[in-house]
Amino acid sequence: MKELLIILVASSIVNNVVLSQFLGLCPFLGVSKRVETAAGMGGAVIFVITIASFVTSLIYKFILDPLGLSYLQTIAFILVIAALVQFVEMFLKKSVPALYRSLGVFLPLITTNCAVLGVALNNVSYGYSILQSVVNGFATAVGFTIAIVIMAGIREKIEFNDVPEPFKGSAIVLVTSGLMAIAFFGFSGVIK
Amino acid sequence: MNSIKERMINGLFKENPTFILMLGMCPTLAVTTSAINGIGMGLSTTVVLSLSNLLISLLRNVIPDRVRMPAFIVVVASFVTMVQFLVQGFVPSLYASLGIYIPLIVVNCIILGRAESYASKNPPIPSLFDGIGMGLGFTMSITIIGLVREILGAGQAFGVQILPLADAATGKPGFTPITIFVLAPGAFFVLSLLVAVMNVVRKKAEEKGKPLPPAQGCLADGCVGCGFAASCTGKSTAELSQLIESKPAAAKKSAESVSDKKEGEE
Repeated sequence: MKELLIILVASSIVNNVVLSQFLGLCPFLGVSKRVETAAGMGGAVIFVITIASFVTSLIYKFILDPLGLSYLQTIAFILVIAALVQFVEMFLKKSVPALYRSLGVFLPLITTNCAVLGVALNNVSYGYSILQSVVNGFATAVGFTIAIVIMAGIREKIEFNDVPEPFKGSAIVLVTSGLMAIAFFGFSGVIK
Repeated sequence: MNSIKERMINGLFKENPTFILMLGMCPTLAVTTSAINGIGMGLSTTVVLSLSNLLISLLRNVIPDRVRMPAFIVVVASFVTMVQFLVQGFVPSLYASLGIYIPLIVVNCIILGRAESYASKNPPIPSLFDGIGMGLGFTMSITIIGLVREILGAGQAFGVQILPLADAATGKPGFTPITIFVLAPGAFFVLSLLVAVMNVVRKKAEEKGKPLPPAQGCLADGCVGCGFAASCTGKSTAELSQLIESKPAAAKKSAESVSDKKEGEE
């Protein structure tokens, strides 16, 4: 239990997926203009990464590893993730239309998101069990949501500020992310 | 012969993937802590990019249009796996410092972007050199970014101390490294300066009447800007961004009506 808690804190805050590992940067920069949209994206990412880390660790534990095919992990994971996202999209559309309306738009954008593949590969390289992988996936995605929602909140304020001409657009967002990364650096001593 | 030279110059300068097209920002930020890492990542990407461009171009008439994205991904992922084992076997120190970012070359926008926009439409030889040109352009750019970060953050270039460090104990004057530049926040700062400089260059070029090719990657329009988000979903880029923008519009309306009420009260 303690171990799971450590993974939860480490992956969501200490090693924040966006601000210290630079994964999932595309949606972080692109879909963070409004808090509402950012939260929707965060929800979709939590949903997809948690399911994806469960499925990929199942595949690794029961198919790739026993058969000595672990060198196929990159190919297998990316295809599984791409198929999974499409499947989840179809499933939600049919069975949970309310959830689909709030997350559906973002699902296709996550298909080739490096955060999803990155978490799956990390789970293998850290040697996590299936339960640990799911917790790690969930925590990483929560970290992503924290970062993107904070960012969207700041960006809504930046719109009213007088930003120097060349820094308008993505440059000022990157400066802001740098400052956020410094803030998150403060957590780095929490877990060894 | 002419087209080969043209492709190389195109990749290195005219459509430089990092500086001009702004593609592949994840690895650009993550591995540029030193110039050596930049070269290693750049060359690995070049190998994958040129070989996958060649193979995809050879297979361009065989792959059905509907399943081209999964097919491209399989091709790219196979080459990435090969490169990963080569680096692991022959340059273990580089493998240790690049780590997870080598398998993540699969989702690098540059590679699928080139496959989609060039290799799937052109003959093998120009496609191969398009890959080499783009790859070397990427290598050059991330090596330069790595060099800047390394000099500012550690006073080193390619692992050699070029700026003598200050020593407080003996009172020796010298360079005090700005360590933040080799850490995560420094990556964001360097990239933001780069984007700002490119914004100025872009504007100057437009005034001269020679506009640069537009930026395509994450920095231009979010994931929506990354060409293959559109091809995965079968919706056009414009449609996707409209979908995303239309969602908050409703929320904004309700927020506006609330603020109107407040103003009325005042």
